Amino acid sequence: MAVTTLTEDLGYTPNTDGVWSWLTTVDHKRIGIMYGVSALVFFIVGGLEALLIRIQLAGPNGTLLSADAYNQLFTMHGITMIFAAIMPVAAAFQNYMIPLQIGARDVAFPRLNAFSFWLFLFGVLMLMSSFFLGGSPDGAWTGYANLSTQVTEFVRMDYYAIGLQLLGVASIGSSANFIATIFTMRAPGMTMMRMPVFTWMSVVTSFLLILSMPVISVGLWQMFLDRNFGTVFYEAQASGDPLLWQHLFWVFGHPEVYVLVLPAMGIISETLPTFSRKPLFGYAFVVFSGIAIGFLGFGVWAHHMFTAGLSPVAEVGFGIVTMLIAVPTGVKIFNWIGTIWGGKLTLNTSMLFSIGFIAMFIIGGLSGVTHAVIPADTQQHDSYYVVAHFHYVLVGGSAFGFIAGVYYWLPKWTGKMLNETLGKWHFWLMFLGFNLTFGPMHILGLNGMPRRTYRYPEGLGWEFWNGMATIGSFIIGVSMLVFIWNVINTRRKGLPAGNDPWDARTVEWMTTSPPPIHNFDRVPVVRHLDELWHRKYGVDEEGRAVPLPDGYVEEPAFVEEAGGIHMPSPSYYPIIAAFGLVTAGAGLVFWSSGILGVGMLVIGAAIMLWGVVGWAAEPITREAH
Amino acid sequence: MTLGYRLIRPSYGSYVQRPVANAGGRRRRSVSRTLSVVPATVLLAACSSTLPQSSLNPKSAEARQIDDLWILVLVLATIVFVVVEAALVFAIFRFRKRKNDDREPKQIHGNTTLEIVWSIIPALILVAVTVPTVRTVFDLRSPAEGDVVRVNVTGHQWWWEFEYPDIVDDQGRPLTTANELHLPVGRTTELTMTSADVIHSFWVPPLAGKRDLVPGHETFIKITPDADRAGEEIPGQCAEFCWLSHADMRLLVFLQTESDFAAWAAGETQPANIPTDGLAVSGFETFKAICALCHQAVVAEPDGTVTVVGEALAPDLTHFGSRSTLGARVESNTAEHLAQWIDNPSAVKPMAPDLNDLETGRILGMPDYGLDDEEIAELVALLEGWS
Repeated sequence: MAVTTLTEDLGYTPNTDGVWSWLTTVDHKRIGIMYGVSALVFFIVGGLEALLIRIQLAGPNGTLLSADAYNQLFTMHGITMIFAAIMPVAAAFQNYMIPLQIGARDVAFPRLNAFSFWLFLFGVLMLMSSFFLGGSPDGAWTGYANLSTQVTEFVRMDYYAIGLQLLGVASIGSSANFIATIFTMRAPGMTMMRMPVFTWMSVVTSFLLILSMPVISVGLWQMFLDRNFGTVFYEAQASGDPLLWQHLFWVFGHPEVYVLVLPAMGIISETLPTFSRKPLFGYAFVVFSGIAIGFLGFGVWAHHMFTAGLSPVAEVGFGIVTMLIAVPTGVKIFNWIGTIWGGKLTLNTSMLFSIGFIAMFIIGGLSGVTHAVIPADTQQHDSYYVVAHFHYVLVGGSAFGFIAGVYYWLPKWTGKMLNETLGKWHFWLMFLGFNLTFGPMHILGLNGMPRRTYRYPEGLGWEFWNGMATIGSFIIGVSMLVFIWNVINTRRKGLPAGNDPWDARTVEWMTTSPPPIHNFDRVPVVRHLDELWHRKYGVDEEGRAVPLPDGYVEEPAFVEEAGGIHMPSPSYYPIIAAFGLVTAGAGLVFWSSGILGVGMLVIGAAIMLWGVVGWAAEPITREAH
Repeated sequence: MTLGYRLIRPSYGSYVQRPVANAGGRRRRSVSRTLSVVPATVLLAACSSTLPQSSLNPKSAEARQIDDLWILVLVLATIVFVVVEAALVFAIFRFRKRKNDDREPKQIHGNTTLEIVWSIIPALILVAVTVPTVRTVFDLRSPAEGDVVRVNVTGHQWWWEFEYPDIVDDQGRPLTTANELHLPVGRTTELTMTSADVIHSFWVPPLAGKRDLVPGHETFIKITPDADRAGEEIPGQCAEFCWLSHADMRLLVFLQTESDFAAWAAGETQPANIPTDGLAVSGFETFKAICALCHQAVVAEPDGTVTVVGEALAPDLTHFGSRSTLGARVESNTAEHLAQWIDNPSAVKPMAPDLNDLETGRILGMPDYGLDDEEIAELVALLEGWS
């Protein structure tokens, strides 16, 4: 790895201006920001897709969209929100915060980190280019075979097969990186059980991704081969089996659900203690319940297949494990309530979204338990009830959690505070709009409305709640405009944050806002869970926190480093390798069109080879500028 | 986006569910009144419904078993919801920061006893749900008993094929129909289901939970309609996304008394007559030349000879005139709607006939054959006459 030596007075700063510095950066903070901005842009794209869907369904027999357009939009809405918005926003937080939370200077493999980001970005752009080039995937985000392999005349589901494949590589790359970082680069004294819960949940999600992505990778290759080379993995007429895809997909797909929600759970496990001025209630319980959820998450996939005709014994088995998963999830909710119980709550925007997460996740969790009641699930499955359920988990849960994280950590990233008045407008509008949109969907589903339908007839009693849901979706849209305005406005008008605006508990608040390129001038030695809090507060006889006098800390509390700080140099090889890989992927998408596909594949592979060889051959050390 | 389909707005003409007092009335209420009734409506709506396609409006033994289980879990979930949300809301108000209170809270790190207790309580509640769940699963999946009506269901993009293997005509051909399922009340029907193309899912919420139709697999479902439901028409539809016309792959179930069912079955097992006068005569020629490429009809010559015309790739049309809807319940079956359908099927219901391949039997919808108005009128006369 290229190493730059910082002089003792830290006088060296890499060039941080201009587009080139962003394209070549290997700084985990800048990569985190790029993940975050991309995720926000794609969240807006996915939101616009959702609004079109809601306009179409506002009344019976909607005519705004054709069935074909609708099918592409709802498929892309799911793919966009899951793979291009929520997963990358989690990656944004993990990239930016994990090294800061564990007192590291960067991630373990900075160039792999850059590669993962560019691969994600180009992969999503390739997927979205399908809107203009050949049509978008239109087989739902679940891509069920053999529908997904049926119409080989189009490239649409090839975009899906290859696009998800590429995003999977990016996820595996960043997950491996986070695991290596967390396992090997913690500050002195930061044992695993002194790590902040957000970092802990990132360990769990990284393992989930590394173990589940290869499964869908196999499934996606089979889909691609079925579509383009006449293999018959999913073709029942030729002794293949469409159910094989469902198993492969959900062995990935259910852990994926926890990939989307565990980081958000980690975030509110940071914000709730900070804004309650109390430690997290039952830290070990919360950590281990997260791990338990991760383990059990691999044993419940067939609860997505309760209508597929599995044997009753299999159904009951998967139903019981699904019930079991409610236990660690319930533990988390009780522990969060235990955290705020007896605290001194600051109800700012971040805290409101954190509490909103709990309140909404209770609903999503309970409706999840009703899915484990197998016969009841045969009524709920693939109906709007399920749509309601997973939006309560992924919007009321994940999205609320990540937004809480933005209000919490944006001051650390930018050095400026978000506006609280706008923030509260954002929360209350979103809370109202969210419940108005997705609450009624429970009723619609129970009343027999199936999902993925581009229109519905009059006379089935679905008109009123669909109309309400559409109104609600626009309120969510307005709330997001308030949010975006708030973020943009902060750049000019935000009040200075200082190092530790929330009187927080963890070590990321010990460095400047924004942090320097090397994160910490001096890496703290960690002696406690919530190290920063313990440097600021002791307890009196009653157990209440009391501020410590300055300079209380006597032992050496910082690492003394000899020989300066070593930071990796920028590199343009990761972006080249990622560009080549995505170009080659696009070649596979257009494989059936002959020379175009083969040409792109060959050129893309050559570009990737250039990137990889250059990457490997980069000099180990480079003189400072 | 490519491949756009232009849709005409269908009128739901004579397929009309009995008007539903709630649904119609709600839309006209003032906003304030609506808001005031929302919470109550939500709770009521979660328990029961009079809507025609609602799972909360069970009309068979199996659907009621599912509904009972749902109500149990709903009640338990509601209790948990109220208790936990109340604790949360209480904590927010009770422990919010107040002015003039400078004391820091006690730094409590946890309480193992408490945490073990609140791990065990949910587990116990879940056991209470699991036991009846398991029992119901095995109940619903047990073989049908008694004098069972057997129906073979085949899903197609985008219509339903129903075959009654035990009800045969004089030549031994089983009763075959499409998109409209007739069931006798008070007796168990067992559906044996598969798919001819992609995965579909059979869902008539008032009668049963949904069950997928998977190519290469056979799946089963039992329905025992309540004896007092004879005469009801119950809508259902495909619940597994099957591409373009997934939303329009609907069906209608007719619940009948034993005698009505027997009369219907007797009629359905008669051949259609080859017309001898009127417009329908040339209509039959068009039928043989074009429709018969995919559709089938069992017809009787004037001398009584019974033959089968056409291929069984699309809905059987022998008794088309007796059905109350067309296009898998997309329109009511009237001469006008049928003419629209024949004129441009994809305008009534989006399909992809350009991808049809008759040799391999892959059918993705009915093409527009460019028939003129006269030919269409003749076909309409033929088909509507085949009751």
